[in-house]
Amino acid sequence: MADAPKMEFSRRGFLKGAGITAASTVIESANALARDAKDGLSGPQAVGPDAIPIKLRINGQEHAVTVEPRYTLAQTLRDNLEMTGTKVVCDRGSCSACTVWIDKTPALACMTLAVDAVGREITTIEGLSHGETMHPVQAAFVKHDAMQCGFCTPGMVMSCAALLERNPNPKLSDVKHAVSGNLCRCGTYPKVFAATLDAAQQRGQIADLVTLNTGTERYDGA
Amino acid sequence: MNKFSFVDCKTVDEALGQLNNGATVKAGGIDLLDLMKEGIVAPPKLVNIRNVDSLRGITVSKDGLHLGPLVTLSEIAAHPDIQRTYSGLSDAAGHAATPQVRNMATVGGNIMQRPRCWYFRSTDFDCRKKGTSDVCHALTGENQYHAVINNSTCAMVHPSSTAVPLLGMNATVELTSKRGKRTVAMSDFYVPPEKSLINETVVQPGELITGIFVPAPEPGTRSAYQKYGEKESFDWPIADAGIVLVMDGNRCRKAAVVMGVAAPTPIRSAAAEAVLTGKTIDEATARAAAKAAMQGATPLSQNGYKTQLFQTAIYRTVLLAAGQMQRDPSAIG
Ligand SMILES: Cc1cc2nc3c(=O)[nH]c(=O)nc-3n(C[C@H](O)[C@H](O)[C@H](O)COP(=O)(O)OP(=O)(O)OC[C@H]3O[C@@H](n4cnc5c(N)ncnc54)[C@H](O)[C@@H]3O)c2cc1C
Ligand code: SF4
Ligand code: FES
Ligand code: FES
Repeated sequence: MADAPKMEFSRRGFLKGAGITAASTVIESANALARDAKDGLSGPQAVGPDAIPIKLRINGQEHAVTVEPRYTLAQTLRDNLEMTGTKVVCDRGSCSACTVWIDKTPALACMTLAVDAVGREITTIEGLSHGETMHPVQAAFVKHDAMQCGFCTPGMVMSCAALLERNPNPKLSDVKHAVSGNLCRCGTYPKVFAATLDAAQQRGQIADLVTLNTGTERYDGA
Repeated sequence: MNKFSFVDCKTVDEALGQLNNGATVKAGGIDLLDLMKEGIVAPPKLVNIRNVDSLRGITVSKDGLHLGPLVTLSEIAAHPDIQRTYSGLSDAAGHAATPQVRNMATVGGNIMQRPRCWYFRSTDFDCRKKGTSDVCHALTGENQYHAVINNSTCAMVHPSSTAVPLLGMNATVELTSKRGKRTVAMSDFYVPPEKSLINETVVQPGELITGIFVPAPEPGTRSAYQKYGEKESFDWPIADAGIVLVMDGNRCRKAAVVMGVAAPTPIRSAAAEAVLTGKTIDEATARAAAKAAMQGATPLSQNGYKTQLFQTAIYRTVLLAAGQMQRDPSAIG
């Protein structure tokens, strides 16, 4: 897709942006070396199977972490970075509890390898609030009591907040569609719908609180 | 999940150069990681093609529709030209899985996903397809979601939603290997279990899907897809139908009737197509076509209901394609 996120892996870009840009990792530098040598020599370098250092850009900040290629983004967030807001329930892609945004698009952290998230903008539930100030969707979830056990809630909030990013005036059917992959076994859906519609109304007034990571606009338009 | 090494490729040549010694292509990773987490496959190396820019992109021309294999299901569903001209395909992509899965899943990976059978997907069972036993547990055991047609060797189903309209629209798949390129029609893409229990598609080790092409429809073509399942969303299809009609007024000149999870591979029903061809499309012809599609079905002990569900799916989707019925509110996705 023309609008798909781009990973800039050129060595020059790497050197220029070292320490500043998102993309700087061992994988990347290995690839960059390979690429610079492309006119002559080898192809890209494999990493692993043992742990390798990578850098992930999460909620606007770069995090260095050492993981095996088989680590999922969900595991890495929770076990290595102690960002336990992202929940893991099924670990198989079928409940959406682990929803994060990758390049602002809702995606499943349990089905994404951490090494494959290098160079992308990752937004987790921790990145929605600003200190003690909740994101309007979070505030509306509290106001409407849109959770029971709360296990599905971070994923649910990520889906609803993404909806408001691409559609500030959603209809009920839009909200239903946005959370159609988020499984809530406590059955909080009616309150989730009410909270999200309410947040959409409130949001105009406090839009400036929602400063999200810059990245390519790319949403599930379906 | 097993330990593996990971190589991130930027070009088709880089990826082809890495595809050796059991290395496996990774696109969106949804099916592959699932199989790895379950211990069904344990590749020593993943070749990541997700950053190969030349494999992205949707191009619509007067000749037809070209999809890079990395195009996501969300991108297909949201594309206005596909919605307009290839609506059965956007319907299928937009009703597969969940929004999050559709954002990640690629069309190449979608048609290449491994079949569904809970015995196949569990390491607790040996079976005929796995080559570890002579038995097909589905034939005697729990088979409520299994195939109702061509099911005597192995009753698995292939759940690709996008394959259903792609087959009906006479799409072709471009395969590239170090030896060069070849083009395979969707009608030859899947290999049924009676031909091979090992190969599910014609794609050989070392080959990459590098494009999917759907020829431009003839004037008067209308298409639709509907999927039925147990839950309203995030569910696999139990019956899905893709219909392509070439209409002359209300008379059908040509028809493609494709069923998703009826057999081990997506299949067309020549019998249903014969019923529709040359006829005026109305409720009676749609019903007759639906009935013809299930003639000769051989349901197992628990899946006889699927023969009824397929008839409903085909009947309603024929009328939807012909513009005589709204999208069925009980269809899922
Ligand atoms: C809850 C849930 C519900 C679902 N419901 C549906 C549904 O209703 N309909 C449906 O169709 N699917 C459904 N799926 C399946 C999902 O759509 C597929 O798993 C996904 O499309 C696979 O695409 P991918 O890009 O993630 O493939 P990957 O997992 O990356 O790859 C799948 C396979 O294809 C191979 N491969 C990938 N790309 C290429 C290529 N270019 N060339 C050669 N080989 C390649 C890989 O080696 C691998 O073997 C569902 C999944 C979940 C989790
Ligand atoms: S249906 Fe096929 S995969 Fe499933 S148990 Fe039978 S032989 Fe094995
Ligand atoms: S935990 Fe990721 S989808 Fe269920
Ligand atoms: S609040 Fe318990 S699963 Fe949703």
